[in-house]
Amino acid sequence: MELAQKVGGSVLKTLAYVGSLTTLGGRAAYYTFIGPFQGKPIRWQRTVAQAMEAGVRALPILSLITFFIGLILALQSAYELKRFGAMNYVASAVAISMTRELGPLITAIVVIGRSGSALAAEIAKLKVTEEIDALETMAINPIHFLVTPKFIAMILMLPCLTIWANTMGIMGGSLFGVWQADFTWAGYVSASLDALFLRDVITGLLKSVMFGMTITAVGCQEGLTTGGGAEEVGHSTTRAVVVSIFMVVLVDLVFTTLFFFLGGK
Amino acid sequence: MLEPVETSRRDAPLDGPMISLRDLRVSYGGREILHGINFDVQRGETMVILGGSGSGKSTLLRTLVGLELPTAGEVWIEGKNFAAISNAARDEIRKKIGMSFQGGALFGSMTVGENVALPLREHTKLEDSTIDIMVRLKLDQVGLSGFEQFFPSQLSGGMKKRAAVARALAMDPEILFFDEPSAGLDPIIAAGIDQLILELKKAFHMTIIVVTHELASAFLIADRMVLINKGDVVALGTVQELQGSTHPKVRQFMDRVPEPAVAQELDYLQMLTESQPKPGQGSQGKSR
Repeated sequence: MELAQKVGGSVLKTLAYVGSLTTLGGRAAYYTFIGPFQGKPIRWQRTVAQAMEAGVRALPILSLITFFIGLILALQSAYELKRFGAMNYVASAVAISMTRELGPLITAIVVIGRSGSALAAEIAKLKVTEEIDALETMAINPIHFLVTPKFIAMILMLPCLTIWANTMGIMGGSLFGVWQADFTWAGYVSASLDALFLRDVITGLLKSVMFGMTITAVGCQEGLTTGGGAEEVGHSTTRAVVVSIFMVVLVDLVFTTLFFFLGGK
Repeated sequence: MLEPVETSRRDAPLDGPMISLRDLRVSYGGREILHGINFDVQRGETMVILGGSGSGKSTLLRTLVGLELPTAGEVWIEGKNFAAISNAARDEIRKKIGMSFQGGALFGSMTVGENVALPLREHTKLEDSTIDIMVRLKLDQVGLSGFEQFFPSQLSGGMKKRAAVARALAMDPEILFFDEPSAGLDPIIAAGIDQLILELKKAFHMTIIVVTHELASAFLIADRMVLINKGDVVALGTVQELQGSTHPKVRQFMDRVPEPAVAQELDYLQMLTESQPKPGQGSQGKSR
């Protein structure tokens, strides 16, 4: 009985949390799509600054990581493919797994580490130092002023970063392809492109948009609900990272399942 | 430093109080913090809300500016029930309110000038050059001329509070709220902030509401004071009335008498220290 109560309690809590994320996302969507027509313009300056921080500045580390991931994928698949004498399938194995799954996921995880944590810390700090209260007393909506630019930046940047990550992954794979599997550079790239359907790329990018929304919603929600005191800022940041990774994997699972059943027929 | 400004709204007929609280009740997580607060603040009056830590005075202030919503009762500001109106209508009233937070609450990512300019940029269609002039004017009013390009982290505690006041003044508010204006400041800087409040009162005839537990500061700036204890209004009146009050809670607060439990602990400590030989006495005797 007690166990049922506990399980029920945590299910309710989780649902309430997902509900609050949806509310936050909904309000940001209002200020993105409807607000501008009601005299509440989008803050492009803050959006661009956020996009620079979360997107452009993530490129070096993201390039390096996804290049290595591509190389690792090639090595791992070659390990099995070599036994069947099918080394020429290395290119398609890397291309498909990068674009469908690993590109969006690794990008999301890098962005969580860099920006999800940072935006939770930023908003939590603003909350603790009463800066969010100050915005409200100045009749400036904090969701409009702070959260919406982050949403727009993340939703625009995640797909861009994912395309970049996919490319770098394929580059990583090509290093192995040319070095061990008798591909030429051009041959590897064309083999990769042949293996890909537009659908693979689009589903990957759709997922990355969802990841962007999830990361921002969790980061902002954790920041906005932080308690008083400096140590709470640290806790909120940690929670934002852990919850974001979990939520991104959950969203990934839901969408991959959805795409599987929608595209399976 | 301050020049009186005459505008039409200063000449508006004094019809009724600026702020009116009717049986205001506020709860936090199921616990009632304010148990039915009633008082009025007249136009142009400086009202000091006094109270100890945990008395509910900060919650009262947060409710007055709409950061907390009452569980029951009414907050009337300028003839409108602040807690019951739409968000848009509440924002319209907020544009006539200036609030100076305890720690300043200046945006760390913006310069002092940008902080003061923010409400003007958000709520007016003024040209940048006009906003720049207004920012300079507001900073001049609080004695911070030339600090536009500084970041809040480069300012001292007292300067941050002044910058926060400049931001609160940006929209030429009718009501100015101060949360613990002298907290964390040395007596000289704190006196400077008191002086600033007095100057604002004299020059603009604003309605000013100050939450504090600093008695000296309260006596200096207040027209009337209200003492809050455990979520209830204990006393309300002019400085002289409160100073002359015989109400035990007022006397306790005014005479800085600790709570009985604390007093007993102090007696116990005194008893312990008196029963010991005074430190240093014995050794001094020997060394001579």
